[in-house]
Amino acid sequence: MTISARDSILGSIRRHLPEAAERPGHDGPWIQYPDPLSQFASVLEAIGGRCVRVKDVAEINQDLATFPVYAAARMMVSLVPGAGRSVREMANVADPHELADVDLAILPGDFAVAENAAVWVTDAAVKHRVIYFLSQHLALVVSAGQVVHNLHEAYARLTFDAARFGAFIAGPSKTADIEQSLVIGAHGPRSMTVYLME
Amino acid sequence: MTSATAHRDHPETAAEFVANDARAHWHDQSLWFVRARRDKASQTLPEWEELRERASKVKLHTMSRMADYLEQFERNAIALGAQVHWARTPAEHNEIVLGIIQKHNATRVVKSKSMLTEECHLNPFLERNGVVVTDTDLGEWIVQLRNEPPSHIVMPAIHIKKEEIGELFHDLLGTEKGATDPPYLVNAARQKLREQFLNAEIGLTGVNFAIAETGGFVVCTNEGNADLGVSLPKVHIACMGIEKIIPKAADLGYFLRLLGRSATGQPITTYSSHFHGPRPGGELHIILVDNGRSNILASPEFRRSLNCIRCGACMNTCPVYRRSGGHSYSTTVPGPIGSILAPTRDAQEHASLPFACSLCGSCTDVCPVKIDLHNQLLTWRRELALKFLVPFDKRLGMSLAAAVFARPWLYRVGGAIARRVFPWLPRMLVYNRWNPWGRQRELPEMPAQSFRALYARRKRNHKVPSDQKPASR
Ligand code: SF4
Repeated sequence: MTISARDSILGSIRRHLPEAAERPGHDGPWIQYPDPLSQFASVLEAIGGRCVRVKDVAEINQDLATFPVYAAARMMVSLVPGAGRSVREMANVADPHELADVDLAILPGDFAVAENAAVWVTDAAVKHRVIYFLSQHLALVVSAGQVVHNLHEAYARLTFDAARFGAFIAGPSKTADIEQSLVIGAHGPRSMTVYLME
Repeated sequence: MTSATAHRDHPETAAEFVANDARAHWHDQSLWFVRARRDKASQTLPEWEELRERASKVKLHTMSRMADYLEQFERNAIALGAQVHWARTPAEHNEIVLGIIQKHNATRVVKSKSMLTEECHLNPFLERNGVVVTDTDLGEWIVQLRNEPPSHIVMPAIHIKKEEIGELFHDLLGTEKGATDPPYLVNAARQKLREQFLNAEIGLTGVNFAIAETGGFVVCTNEGNADLGVSLPKVHIACMGIEKIIPKAADLGYFLRLLGRSATGQPITTYSSHFHGPRPGGELHIILVDNGRSNILASPEFRRSLNCIRCGACMNTCPVYRRSGGHSYSTTVPGPIGSILAPTRDAQEHASLPFACSLCGSCTDVCPVKIDLHNQLLTWRRELALKFLVPFDKRLGMSLAAAVFARPWLYRVGGAIARRVFPWLPRMLVYNRWNPWGRQRELPEMPAQSFRALYARRKRNHKVPSDQKPASR
């Protein structure tokens, strides 16, 4: 009788288990910022992103108008009602490969983290998750009331009870693989703007 | 057991690296720069030490219930629609990967960085079987194009100069001759790799953390290559060592705060992607690999090495790694942690690695999950000595030293002679093959008096005037 790899690995682990060790809880105190919104903005800037505080969708459009990428963009997807113009309707995209030519995507983010300028996004909002990574430029719209101080607070809000994809995105795609020189725009978006909307 | 190719010890391979003095210094500086960024980032959080403590405890707890957590992970991952495979050895792992690829009649695979697949030598195996694998992390791709292994676990191409990359890209991608501008080169790579992403039939990734509670896992990159690689094709294969398991999603709060800061000084990697089940209409395969890990669990001395989250901080800070280069270790994971892990697989082949260490303890100080690296390296030296795997010249040196230290008069006489004689000896006599210490550096100047004599005089004078007290530094 041959024993399966699974049983043999689990058996080997069980034979070798170290003595019990307690699991630490998740209670803090973890860092709090006097002004989490400006903390978020300055960290995002430091990692190569751009943060714009806006009152409403109209202000997003005003900012977009001054954004060279927006003027030059031929193919756009917007899933934030009223923000920018959507040239392609996500609902009509059957295969994610069809999104290869998207210049700018304007998408909603669930919430943001002040400590590291990460924005939580999921595939529930966008149909094809590749849009976050494949478009040449990315703009996320997050409600200013949805900025938590640190990553522990972030995980306290997250549940993973349904099959789904979720990611923290902090800034544009980057690499420092050539002599440690930081280059923005490795494979994913070449820029990332976060609109913090009141 | 030992491989067929002649294995070379660290001093020998390191000597080749140091032979190019300018490059060795350049390498040293590049890594020190990253280490300094790590220091700055860790100082932005008052709770840094608490995070290290908690992360370390989570890992030790997980180990004490590793089998239960792996079973829980498997159950939950399957419930989410993933297929879970188990592999004892690299060979089993590679067969499983190939099986999935062949089932889909596929030949084009894009891969994001995974030290595990390096450890299993997956690429050459797949290539022998007619599969075209493209490493999509820029650094990994560069070393793949050069036909060599990564020299660092976070910065695979840290040892290569931009002039060399410019030449490589000129030959293979047709970039301008002599171009060395990083943004220009990165852009050329971006165009080429986009084609690969769009053409791939299968995406393969490593796993940074697997969550027992939810059956999901997390992959961290800065480039977004893992996400592009697995969001275009329908099939995602994720390969992980069994030690990547953690109990709960909330534990990620500790690990993700520590990982980016320790690795490169970033507050978090650009993309921290959480995969829970396959995407609609897709397939997700997770391969759990042992390859000796369950044996490390059995050893109280080395168990903690399984805490490792592969941030690379111990390499960036290690004075030996920085001056000898990652390739000199001849292992998938180099540096301090690699020097612990490699001998657990094959003590004979990697016997020289625990000696590639100055015992300065800097690795232990920076390790985000509190692995007592330098202690384990010291323990390895003892084990190797017990196994008679310490090279003859080291053993000879050690027993000579032991004999001298056991006889204070001999030590005294020897010291007195050395102080007189050494300054007059021709260089040839001092810096020869019997003095490995003097190979890349000068011996210190001989003092006029021994410590013993200085101390005796000081005691005679009894009261030491304050201006003769040693200056504090
Ligand atoms: S041993 Fe510690 S410092 Fe070294 S790579 Fe692993 S986690 Fe990082």
